[in-house]
Amino acid sequence: MAIEDDVCVIGGGLAGMTAALRAAREGARVRLLSHKKSTLRHASGLVDILGYADGELVADPFDMLSLLPKTHPYRRVGNDAVRAGLSLFDDVTGDAYRGTHTDANALVATHGGTVKPTARYPARVAPGLASRDRKTLLVGFDSLTAFDAPLAADHLAAAGVPGTTRGVTVAFPGDFRADSRVTRFARALDDDETVETASGSTPVRRALARTLESHLGNAERVGFPAVLGEEESQEVREALESSLGVDVFEVPMGPPSLLGLRLEALFQEALDEAGVRRTTGNPVTEFDASDGRIQSVSTDRNGRPTPFHADEFVLATGGLVGKGIDSDREEVIEPVFDCHVPHPDDRYEWFDDEAFGDHPFARFGVDVDDDLRPLDADGGAEYDNLRAAGGVLGGADFAAEKSGSGISLATGHAAGRAAGAAANQ
Amino acid sequence: MSDAPTHDADEFEPVDVFETTEMDLRPGADDCYKCSTCDTSCPVAEVDDEFPGPKFQGPEQWRLKRKEDHEIDDSITSCSNCMRCDDACPSSVPLSQMHNTARGEYVENQRFGREALSALVDGSPREALEIVREGQDGLVERLRNRILANYHTSAWLASYAPSVANFVMNFGPARWAMAKTMGVTSEREFPAFADHTFREWWTARGGAQVSNPDKRIAYFHGCYSNFNTPEVGKAMVRVYEEFGYEILVPPQKCSGTPMFANGMLGDARRHAETNVKNLAAAIENGAEIVASCTSCSMALGQEYPELFDLDGIEDVAAHTYEGVEYLRLHEDLEDALDEASVEGSELAYHAPCHARNQGLDTQAVELFSDLDGVAIEDVGDSCSGISGTYGWKEEKYDYSMEIGEEMFEHMEHADGETGMTECPTCAMQMEHGTGYEIRHPLELLEEALVTGS
Repeated sequence: MAIEDDVCVIGGGLAGMTAALRAAREGARVRLLSHKKSTLRHASGLVDILGYADGELVADPFDMLSLLPKTHPYRRVGNDAVRAGLSLFDDVTGDAYRGTHTDANALVATHGGTVKPTARYPARVAPGLASRDRKTLLVGFDSLTAFDAPLAADHLAAAGVPGTTRGVTVAFPGDFRADSRVTRFARALDDDETVETASGSTPVRRALARTLESHLGNAERVGFPAVLGEEESQEVREALESSLGVDVFEVPMGPPSLLGLRLEALFQEALDEAGVRRTTGNPVTEFDASDGRIQSVSTDRNGRPTPFHADEFVLATGGLVGKGIDSDREEVIEPVFDCHVPHPDDRYEWFDDEAFGDHPFARFGVDVDDDLRPLDADGGAEYDNLRAAGGVLGGADFAAEKSGSGISLATGHAAGRAAGAAANQ
Repeated sequence: MSDAPTHDADEFEPVDVFETTEMDLRPGADDCYKCSTCDTSCPVAEVDDEFPGPKFQGPEQWRLKRKEDHEIDDSITSCSNCMRCDDACPSSVPLSQMHNTARGEYVENQRFGREALSALVDGSPREALEIVREGQDGLVERLRNRILANYHTSAWLASYAPSVANFVMNFGPARWAMAKTMGVTSEREFPAFADHTFREWWTARGGAQVSNPDKRIAYFHGCYSNFNTPEVGKAMVRVYEEFGYEILVPPQKCSGTPMFANGMLGDARRHAETNVKNLAAAIENGAEIVASCTSCSMALGQEYPELFDLDGIEDVAAHTYEGVEYLRLHEDLEDALDEASVEGSELAYHAPCHARNQGLDTQAVELFSDLDGVAIEDVGDSCSGISGTYGWKEEKYDYSMEIGEEMFEHMEHADGETGMTECPTCAMQMEHGTGYEIRHPLELLEEALVTGS
């Protein structure tokens, strides 16, 4: 009768996919429910553990984890879970990612010209690490307004990165729409499409290299916005490197992000291989519980429920941005199971008066026990078979700490392992 | 059940704001924060550099046309209504609804007769002449779209003499003339009309063979299973009767899918009135609505309440299921299939775009992967490229094939030489691109579960 699985994970972002994958490795039959396409396509593709603590740059996140407050998700799951989550990530991404050789943070230049401390980064980003003392040329395209290369270069210089950084804006060769999408440039480079240039018809990779010849100067490496191919990025980068005679790297961009799309694809392949059943398209809005246990959750399609039964459930619906935590003028809530979200009664205490101050709302989320089970107002588990992972957890300001992906991996791993093991009993 | 508070933002109901005859999509447009994710999911934008993409067609155009001097852009006619943008949007902007209303308005604006007449009445014959002259430019294309959108009518006519229709429709010189005069591509073969319709078969067998007031469904067969593939409809009936269901086959018209895609909202509404009236009556009678075509279930379940304000239309949406989906939710289909087996078949399965948004894209592969004798492989998440009437238009044919290329390649790499999909036009495209025979999941269920089949 109906749709039944051992473990049902709600939410298709990094935490949900990690939990599903980990639970499947316990031998459980797992279903992953997500409302829309994965949020990873909005992500930079960089994976951080802990970039800042108390506003100070962190060199080695693993030195700092035990100093975090006890209510921080990292403290709930412990250092080993953080390492295990990261190791699962390394399994999934293989050669496509770098950073496994050290615990220390790498410094990656972002499209805004800031430097982001990060634990894992795509191989196509690797030659651009800001910590290397190299003469760098950043290249922007005039129709791709999300990356202003001269401005980003100035910001990096102001941040005091070693080496010199220049920025130049050029026209992407060929006759593309003024509002072309990143995927359009990527496909042109993948297929090495022929474009019309002042010197006649030319394959686009060569035309792009030629466009840069006069700007190259003494640059030792050249950074492009992350549009260098979707399927054939390695080949595109190699072709540009051999034409230009210098290292070529990509700068992670905002949504829609090709690096995020690539990461999404890698995780989906891993999920399919692990036999995780994915159902996407409708939000989970209701549930059925008895004897302190969730029996089923239901997705909603224009008023029509579809129930999914399971033994164990993982809530990985995201935080305030991902809509896993929501609020109105009265209260802050977790909309699927109505789990308790600790917050001051007076909403003027939810925020700090300074725009970039230490806002309490940034840490809003469900409180959990050491088994990641959400706690009610009295400190007891809301449901025996419900665990939470990722952004829905309270206690961390992931934007200030640069800890979002790490928390998703660590808590997704822990919740998935626990749910898979419980389902097997 | 959850007593979690609900939120106004999630409960945006466009029909609530129907105080005037204009649909107000302002809240939906405001939800767009221009992340462009929809544009990167659009199969048309990927191959057609002229097409500005769903973000422009939806929220941006909606904002533009609030200014009176902006008319709907011609490019709206290039949207194939695959509705993939809905699934991509992280902010739940009602993109396909915006496209449907924009397309409807565009087509409405092309009705030059009324404007010409009012110019005449106002005493400006010159202006009236101008309106008629300009309006005639796209006349043939509009006529072509109207004929394609009203497949129901042509098929109904053809069903009186299917063999003659089959001959005429694929007769070389006739097709050449259709391409030249109307812009219907001559690259495709028209699907054959069956020698009898599903409804003729249903009447001839004496209607329902099972009577059961506790398990009752109303079958929405749509045009294609009725006129072209009655075997899908028959499979549906036999499988449901095997599980003890009483089947109603209410009088019905086209679901409206091809009409939405061509901006013929007036036609779609007329058909919807009949469908909603009869389906709502079936629901009153204790039945749930089940469709065998994923675009039909999409229309009844989503487009109807989004576009029309008819009595009972929300009830119809909230009681509509796809054929395999309903059984899977209400019967122990997995166990039944576990015990069954079929003659060896290797299947290359393609999930239609419209199955995707309904959360059905993984259903067939999940269900059949444990069925003895079946090896089923998903050929990837690309669009087939035909999108109903889109791929039948001469000016879109090449794009349609370019979009489909990824699916064709994956089908050819797959072990099987038989295709499977729920959508009749995806099936046309799969067959057109590979020459494979294409089956419907209900036909495989029939083979596996119905004794004597």
